[in-house]
Amino acid sequence: MNQESRKFFIAGFALLVAVLYVVRLFYVQIVDDKYKLDARNQAFLYVTDYPPRGAIYDRNGKLLVYNQVAYDLMVVPRDLKNCDTAGLCKILNITIEDFKSRLKRLSGSLDFARQDYRSHIFESQMLPELNARIQERLYKFDGFYVQSRTVRKYPTPIAAHLLGYIGEVDDRITRKDKYYKSGDYIGKSGIEKGYEEYLRGKKGVQIKMRDVHNNIKGSFKNGLYDTASVPGLSLMSTLDADLQLYVEQLLQNKIGGLAAIDPTTGEILALVTSPTYDPNLLVGRDFPKNYSMLLQDTLGRPLFNRALQAMYPPGSTFKLMNSLIGLQEGTLTPQTTYGCARGFPLLGGKPKCHPHGSPTDLEGAIATSCNSYFSYVYKAIIDNNKVTRDTKDGYERWRQYVLSFGVGEKLGTDLPFDAKGIVPTSKYYDKVFGKNAWKALTLSGVGLGIGQGELSVTPLQMCNIVCAIANRGHFYTPHIIRSVGKDPKPLPQWAIKHQTMVTNKQHFEAVVQGMSSVMTAGTGRGVNVPELDMCGKTGTAQNPHGDDHSVFVCFAPRNNPKICVAVLVENAGYGSAWAAPIASLTIERYLTGKTNRPEMEKNMMEGDLIHKHPAGKKQTTH
Amino acid sequence: MREKSEGLFYNVDWLTVTIYLLLMMMGWFNIYSAVYDPVKSDVFNMERLESKQLLFAVLSILLAFSILIIDASFFTVSAYALYGGVVLLNLLVLVAGTEIKGSHSWFKVGGFTFQPGEFAKWATALALAKFMSGVNPANLKKSVWTALGILGLPMAIIMVLQDETGVALVFSAFTIVLYREGIIQGWWLLVGLGIVLCVVLGIKYQDNFVYYAGSVVAIGIASLLFIRRRFKNILIVLFGVVFFIGALFAGPKVLEKMPEHQAGRIKVWLGLPVSQAIEDRYGYNTRQSMIAIGSGGAMGKGYLEGTQTKFRFVPEQETDFIFCTVGEEWGFAGSALVVLLYTILIVRLVFMAERQRSDFTRIYGYAVAAVLFFHLVINVGMTIGIIPVIGIPLPFFSYGGSSLISFTILVFIFVKLDSQRLLVLR
Repeated sequence: MNQESRKFFIAGFALLVAVLYVVRLFYVQIVDDKYKLDARNQAFLYVTDYPPRGAIYDRNGKLLVYNQVAYDLMVVPRDLKNCDTAGLCKILNITIEDFKSRLKRLSGSLDFARQDYRSHIFESQMLPELNARIQERLYKFDGFYVQSRTVRKYPTPIAAHLLGYIGEVDDRITRKDKYYKSGDYIGKSGIEKGYEEYLRGKKGVQIKMRDVHNNIKGSFKNGLYDTASVPGLSLMSTLDADLQLYVEQLLQNKIGGLAAIDPTTGEILALVTSPTYDPNLLVGRDFPKNYSMLLQDTLGRPLFNRALQAMYPPGSTFKLMNSLIGLQEGTLTPQTTYGCARGFPLLGGKPKCHPHGSPTDLEGAIATSCNSYFSYVYKAIIDNNKVTRDTKDGYERWRQYVLSFGVGEKLGTDLPFDAKGIVPTSKYYDKVFGKNAWKALTLSGVGLGIGQGELSVTPLQMCNIVCAIANRGHFYTPHIIRSVGKDPKPLPQWAIKHQTMVTNKQHFEAVVQGMSSVMTAGTGRGVNVPELDMCGKTGTAQNPHGDDHSVFVCFAPRNNPKICVAVLVENAGYGSAWAAPIASLTIERYLTGKTNRPEMEKNMMEGDLIHKHPAGKKQTTH
Repeated sequence: MREKSEGLFYNVDWLTVTIYLLLMMMGWFNIYSAVYDPVKSDVFNMERLESKQLLFAVLSILLAFSILIIDASFFTVSAYALYGGVVLLNLLVLVAGTEIKGSHSWFKVGGFTFQPGEFAKWATALALAKFMSGVNPANLKKSVWTALGILGLPMAIIMVLQDETGVALVFSAFTIVLYREGIIQGWWLLVGLGIVLCVVLGIKYQDNFVYYAGSVVAIGIASLLFIRRRFKNILIVLFGVVFFIGALFAGPKVLEKMPEHQAGRIKVWLGLPVSQAIEDRYGYNTRQSMIAIGSGGAMGKGYLEGTQTKFRFVPEQETDFIFCTVGEEWGFAGSALVVLLYTILIVRLVFMAERQRSDFTRIYGYAVAAVLFFHLVINVGMTIGIIPVIGIPLPFFSYGGSSLISFTILVFIFVKLDSQRLLVLR
């Protein structure tokens, strides 16, 4: 080979290597992001500045929940080389094995922990006393530092379900929402969840630079990329803390729920579920222990918000609804009379009824809660030959009326996890009885005229129906938060007026007249307070799970109503026995600020329906 | 012999000089950044590396002038003398030198240290040029042992006695010169590369010998099909196959015989399973260096803004790992530019070598190109994880007086020789 031509091989080889190196540089510097991430993890220390969470006040400015300081012990596993592990374990009262297994859990493996630059929470929510003991010797615990956080504190232990609780965010959310990092807190239920975005504020971050010996070398770019934290907004709730506490006492040792709403605004005054728990239990280091304790109570299910989530048959209180629909449809007038033969004559005395004067007009039927009367009323609505083509059409028409009162669909309240309730579709009955094989009488037979059958509503929805009646035709979405931050103006969505399909106020007056008679002469006369001008309706809801539920709905005063209440006490029998006194006391307390019936109050508060269950009785529906 | 009216810069190759100055300037700015301290940095404080390097740069330029003043024949005449002197110096350092980082390869004079091993590069280049330019083409093949001896002597002294493997390995670059001059053949280099490859593969895939042994046999059979099937050729192929398989098997044994730090670096480089302690100790440099370079992105973090280098995550960042500062602060744009400048310089040197009428100058020029190329490949290669860590400086960039001054001498002797290319036939 010609020697001189070897110069091409030599120069070519040099060029080839140069190209190879430039390609490699391109890959390392531009294509692969791994090194950029590593560099940030090594040289930057991200110090998160946690803002205080917003406080929540009741409607009178009373503090319901605020923050107290707690301390998280943070660890950077890579920097543990010179840590006095034994000393730290002694203070935290854990063994070296515990220490290692925690480290393993945080970093994934002990091998990886050696190069793990991330900060993890090693011990969360330490109280000031423990923190002080750690701070004293922190200089010996290389790799550890303390970060202050806030935890919730409840001055009065009420409204646990409404306020909800916060907890460490789970992986599902950190993957979806970039704002949250593992170890952050997030509202898990109640207002804490519903208003998370207002309450949490905005985290700040300071980017510090550190050298290979972990010495801080100042802020990255003089703090150009640092952000300050923004405190969470405080919330003004509609809750009346005094009323809430009072009702919680009335309902103690009973299973059930109560909703009280100001019908002129839809503001929830009290929303009580029983049994309840002390919200301070679900705070701090004892959270897991207490949470599992509450979970284990499978009878009372204290974590379950019955007022919002439990679906009950409305029972006789639903007769008000059917009256209104009948009147609006023209199939019923206040003067219409129907007979009662201790039951509904058209179906051989079913559903059954109790002894009372017969026949009655509408007012009398509401006052005595006649089952026969409303079975007739219901049949007439469904068989309204003037407007409906067939039974199915009639049923769907009726169903639309019911839906317009906020039943069967979510109300749109600001509390998370509310139940929809059930108003079956005609398809459902096609399935049960066969296609077109059911008539109006079939439905009266299953009890749709008297609030039984498949109908299910939550206490909050029940109360909302009462609001619509009290307002003579419309309601406002029930809500728990009036305003956010310093602006006292109510949130705009609460001003929307929802008109029901019963549009004639005359029809409401007829029903209200009946509700007034309930208190003066009917099933509610035992709990009437004449000067409050109350209107009510009892219910005794049959249910497949045991004794009847005691139900009562009412509002007062009759003209210009200020409060609507719906109560349901599980397996407590007649509506007049437990639900009515509780509702009546609630209204009295709210309207007058005190109660004048100490004996009734004492009986209600001390009545224990959980531990000494009353003997079951077979009743008819009132 | 002085010619009529040519001045100091007559026929000087300005492209080479410009790239030299450019690289040296860029190097200085990067050293300034690598050791940057907002309080202590000071160009005129002899305690600081940036001002020492500035002094070395000034000295280098003065030295470059001196070389241009000296008549080129000085180097041809005294090539052996210089070589002999430098070899003696390298022996002297063993007894008179100061121990630095465990090796006896440094002289200490006042506040400065000086490594004679660096000087051996240009001295050996001169001696090699002198010897080979005098060889009668008829005796070309017999001269190979002498040539190998000239470069092997300082290499052995530096590797074995001074324990400076990195510096010594540079001498293997001279085989490129021998190849160009026809003293060794292309297939020698291929065989050499093949042996290295087999040893490396043997180390990496200790458990899969059979596949590689199979491949070697297959290559052997394939080459049998292409050569003239004379008995001698078949014998050579058979011998080669056995030889390469032997190299495969020798791989793990070679690793065992290596000092711990070299074996560790090679294991980490090949990604062999090693204990965490070995990984931490010998993988650290490369990992940190790649993080620094990789985090530079396309345009870099900006001058003096590097976090990985400035906060000393990268070790030896002002000397052997200076390229990390370039990569981190100037990004792909900067690091690719530096590689490009070196490549232009090397190709330019090859071009200049080829335009000589004098064998001496051509051989010396190739030696200069080969040494620079070797340094570039090893130094940059180790910072980006292509080559195991071998401690040699990046020419003109890395901090250090010995290396900057000897590279200056190396290049400017050639610039001087080249400037007289039209005058003499040496």
